[in-house]
Amino acid sequence: MMRKLTTPGAVVAALLLAVGLSACGEKKVTSYEPGKYSGAPVAAPWDSPQYGGKQAQWEAALQARTQAQNDYARINVK
Amino acid sequence: MARMKFICDANRCIECNGCVTACKNANEVPWGVNRRRVVTLNDGVPGERSISVACMHCSDAPCMAVCPVDCFVRSDDGVVLHDKDQCIGCGYCLYACPFGAPQFPQAGAFGARGKMDKCTFCQGGPGKGSDEEQYSKYGQNRIAEGKLPLCAEMCSTKALLAGDGEVIANIFRERVTVRGKGSEVIGWATAYGPAKGVAPAATEGKK
Repeated sequence: MMRKLTTPGAVVAALLLAVGLSACGEKKVTSYEPGKYSGAPVAAPWDSPQYGGKQAQWEAALQARTQAQNDYARINVK
Repeated sequence: MARMKFICDANRCIECNGCVTACKNANEVPWGVNRRRVVTLNDGVPGERSISVACMHCSDAPCMAVCPVDCFVRSDDGVVLHDKDQCIGCGYCLYACPFGAPQFPQAGAFGARGKMDKCTFCQGGPGKGSDEEQYSKYGQNRIAEGKLPLCAEMCSTKALLAGDGEVIANIFRERVTVRGKGSEVIGWATAYGPAKGVAPAATEGKK
């Protein structure tokens, strides 16, 4: 047969539990917003005297340069 | 559009510091500032590994998030740049960066900090000043010349790769597939043979 939880200790424990868990239902407050860049604009890399705004040409040059780092492709040895 | 990244292959890096020297020399980086450095793990212990570290040009950069004056910007090709005319040298970015990339030159007496300096992926910086002015602030702009950062291009063992993230990831993946794993990577068994009293087959299994 179960004892009734009416002792003062049990009441205090129940109250503490209720108070302790009361914040668990709170929603997370996020006030962070990404800032807006405050500096000078960045020129596109292809807007250079060498490429004169030709993006495709710049991209092709850079791709070739990047691929040249693959020494397996360069020396054709596997 | 390419998204510029660095990859350092720890199995190839021989801690020669060529990348550090190339960066310092090409960009005339001030004394006490290292845009790039080589970190060695388990230094002096057999099997030590070195890795060249600089700004990794994060896709979601924490330095950008914490900057109180919002002086950071990501360029069209994914390079994280900062405007030195806006930087107040507060040092928040140094605390936020997991790689220790932001560097601060001494700006005066009593160790006062100057404006932050970091790797620009050899892409110069924001703004349109004279060439000399831009160079003194940010260093070379090799990307605009269709070249890659000098640190990677100078790397003698091609441990440090730079360029479009997808392309260099493919290069690295191919390397790992070709060279295998274990002691064969550094040629230990080739140079010294199998361990004494151990059959070659058993050595293979231990890799």
